Amino acid sequence: MSKPILELKEIDVYYGPIQALKKVSMHIDEGETVSLIGSNGAGKSTLLMSIFGQPRAASGQIIYQGTDITHKSSHYIASNGIAQSPEGRRVFPDMSVEENLMMGTIPIGDKHAGEDMQRMFEMFPRLKERRNQRAMTMSGGEQQMLAIARALMSRPKLLLLDEPSLGLAPIIVKQIFATLRELAQTGMTIFLVEQNANHALKLSDRAYVMVNGEIRLTGTGKELLTNEEVRNAYLGGH
Amino acid sequence: MDGIFLQQMVNGLTLGSVYGLIAIGYTMVYGIIGMINFAHGDVYMISAYLAAIGLAVLSFFGVESFPFLILGTLIFTIVVTGVYGFVIERVAYKPLRNSTRLAPLISAIGISLILQNYAQIAQGPRQQGVPTLLEGAMRFDVGSGFVQITYTKIFILIAAFVGMGVLTYIIKYTKLGRMCRATQQDRKMASILGINTDRVISYVFVIGAAMAALAGVLITMNYGTFDFFAGFVIGIKAFTAAVLGGIGSLPGAMLGGLILGVAESQFSGLINSDYKDVFSFGLLVVILIFRPQGLLGRPLVAKV
Repeated sequence: MSKPILELKEIDVYYGPIQALKKVSMHIDEGETVSLIGSNGAGKSTLLMSIFGQPRAASGQIIYQGTDITHKSSHYIASNGIAQSPEGRRVFPDMSVEENLMMGTIPIGDKHAGEDMQRMFEMFPRLKERRNQRAMTMSGGEQQMLAIARALMSRPKLLLLDEPSLGLAPIIVKQIFATLRELAQTGMTIFLVEQNANHALKLSDRAYVMVNGEIRLTGTGKELLTNEEVRNAYLGGH
Repeated sequence: MDGIFLQQMVNGLTLGSVYGLIAIGYTMVYGIIGMINFAHGDVYMISAYLAAIGLAVLSFFGVESFPFLILGTLIFTIVVTGVYGFVIERVAYKPLRNSTRLAPLISAIGISLILQNYAQIAQGPRQQGVPTLLEGAMRFDVGSGFVQITYTKIFILIAAFVGMGVLTYIIKYTKLGRMCRATQQDRKMASILGINTDRVISYVFVIGAAMAALAGVLITMNYGTFDFFAGFVIGIKAFTAAVLGGIGSLPGAMLGGLILGVAESQFSGLINSDYKDVFSFGLLVVILIFRPQGLLGRPLVAKV
């Protein structure tokens, strides 16, 4: 078994008095694609953000490549190889596509910027067409591609994706998952948060199911696809 | 009449370019942390003293040629004022980053009072002055009258526009500029992408202070006198310029400064100089009635 790149040990996270994550433990091994599924409000996005310390875990430990990063600053974590395409995409609205992509290169500097940008344009040709357009004027799908591409620009060791399929047309969802599959095949470690359990489980080596801030179930993607409880709750029961 | 109009136009652009330089500090700080830095005018005042000190020290060491004198003074003033900007942010605003919006505002008023009193105690309450550095003027005959442009004014215009040009370039095309804009547009996301946002905020304060320092040197050159209270009125004017242009917008601050400077000069030249401030602030009120976000500002849209 390969060693974990990221490990969460019993982390508790609060928003004021409300506990959003309860003793969450999980791990992601190098080269794996792991997904986290669960319904709206289960705490999935909070989990991703808490890896960056926003909000910070009140107790428990987050270990990344053997280092405890529980109390490190967000920019420290980013500059050590974790990139995130966050909930709500959060592209910089007043920047062009190219400038947004350049923002992804902060952790590694811009020596590969030109080459990587070309790769992103091959992966997402729509972004190339809109390279000088401001992000706020683009459609949701285009912004989603931009958010993923921006995360990839830092050549991350671990890629965190929050609902890359949210609000997108089925054909674009398919395209994005095909891209993720390609990325996974290049050996990139991917941690995917999804409501679209069907797509996510098919893509993943392993998955966790989150309910009300707790990990309820875990298993391989295939196991969970056939699991009765998962099928009823997240796959529409068919 | 024509002569007066053109003369006041030149005076107004000179004054306005300096308002614009100071307004940059207000607008950038507001853009990045949503706070009005009421101490900014006093940072400008400090820079006027620093300019005088720089000039005195350089003359003492026998530097007499204008380019060396002004360059040395500019570098000295900008660097030391930048340090002021940095320290003020660290001491007075950064510890309050996550408190209520009102707290850093009150802290800023405190810093403003501290700087004024510090200058008064250290340098005395009387007006200070510097000698004229650049003698002479150009004269043009216009119709029945004439327009006179002193070399000092020409220098101020060039220096102010170069300053604004350099800053615009930095913000638009450099990595530092992109980091500033990213932090302004979405601070949380900027930090997730690896930007040390606290450091970027420090840079913004240093940039704002540096621009105020440039203004301080230029105004000191033009008027020759200043005192510990000099930052108040010009600070309020520059703040007005920033709001007029659309607070948070960099080109807005520059445009607002120029409009305010020209409007003020034209009013005092053509109508009445006693009421020029009334006219300036009246103009602000009228513009805000029709464009509450300012000339180049964006209307505030709640994020969904």
